[in-house]
Amino acid sequence: MKSRHKKLLFIVMGLCGIGIAAALILNAFQSNLVFFFTPTQVEKGEAPTGRAFRIGGLVEKGTLRRDADGLTSHFVVTDTVKSMNVTYKGILPDLFKEGKGVVAEGRLGVDGQFTATQVLAKHDENYMPPEAASAIEKAQKAKTLVK
Amino acid sequence: MNLYTFASPAHFYTLAGRLIPWFAWGAGLFTLWGLYIGFFQAPTDFQQGEAYRIIFIHVPAAWMSMFIYLVMAFWGAIGLAFNTRLSFMMARALAPTGAMFTFIALWSGAFWGKPMWGAWWVWDARLTSELILLFLYVGIIALWAAIDDIRRGDRAGSLLTLIGAINVPIIYFSVKWWNTLHQGSSINLMKAPSMAKTMLLGMLVLAIAAWLYTIAVALVRVRRIILERERQSEWVKAILAKES
Repeated sequence: MKSRHKKLLFIVMGLCGIGIAAALILNAFQSNLVFFFTPTQVEKGEAPTGRAFRIGGLVEKGTLRRDADGLTSHFVVTDTVKSMNVTYKGILPDLFKEGKGVVAEGRLGVDGQFTATQVLAKHDENYMPPEAASAIEKAQKAKTLVK
Repeated sequence: MNLYTFASPAHFYTLAGRLIPWFAWGAGLFTLWGLYIGFFQAPTDFQQGEAYRIIFIHVPAAWMSMFIYLVMAFWGAIGLAFNTRLSFMMARALAPTGAMFTFIALWSGAFWGKPMWGAWWVWDARLTSELILLFLYVGIIALWAAIDDIRRGDRAGSLLTLIGAINVPIIYFSVKWWNTLHQGSSINLMKAPSMAKTMLLGMLVLAIAAWLYTIAVALVRVRRIILERERQSEWVKAILAKES
């Protein structure tokens, strides 16, 4: 075996070693690397207790209501299996909408009510003109009517 | 004449000199074409309105930031294994452009995040790993600059590049592996792109522009490095005598 082939083999083996090490480390820190927990995970007790964390999911349709002060809002975050009540006092981002993604940071009260200190909108990776979006929506509505 | 002729710095210097204008003009034309599509032809987005147009800068820059790093790691590995001088020079020539694209990706991302998510910056896996990429670029450039001995510097910098290469798949797959605020990728080899055609075209044209630009500036830079390193050789002295 030539020395340069040996060196190349050494580099490839080194890279594999680093890759495995990185995979193990990332796996060990799995719970610290997630940006938010879903309501199902919270239910299962995977979210940290006694300190602030983030929950994420969709804003359930028809659940958003605002208090008379115009600043406090209540809504339900759902992952379509479990859901959580969220209260937030502050300005909601422009993209915040019922049926759309949301990430809220705050604390879970003993009553199961989540009090958020920050609300972020999470949008998806779909980009299309408004006409296309409304056409898709119409098609989906037609489909559900047929069913 | 065979392929190995171009591994010699003297031949590559001439070849690069001939190629640069083509890549530079190509980069300019593709940038103008891509920006025209992005700002005048692409439709408004159904949920993000006009603000989504940052995508035309953000995504090509982010792609390039990762791709340039992989190319640097490739040249570093070749250089370490086969001791070819030109490989290390290529790695050094690419680093500043990679750092620039990483910065553009982070910076344009912040300007996109504020109106859409409601935050300039969040410590989610995608954003954090991309920030680490910027630190890697800066660290590698600093390491090269700190070691006076060229051969030792080349080896140390390339070793660091190779170790850091593990970060690139982490950036790319972070949105898949973990819950992140950053959305998943719209372009994927496994499925049809989830973007309107004109939007996609504009983004791809600007991505090609970024490629051409990168090749052009890397070739300009590698020519400077060749001249600097080979200044004792006859052919460089001949060039310098002709120019002065």
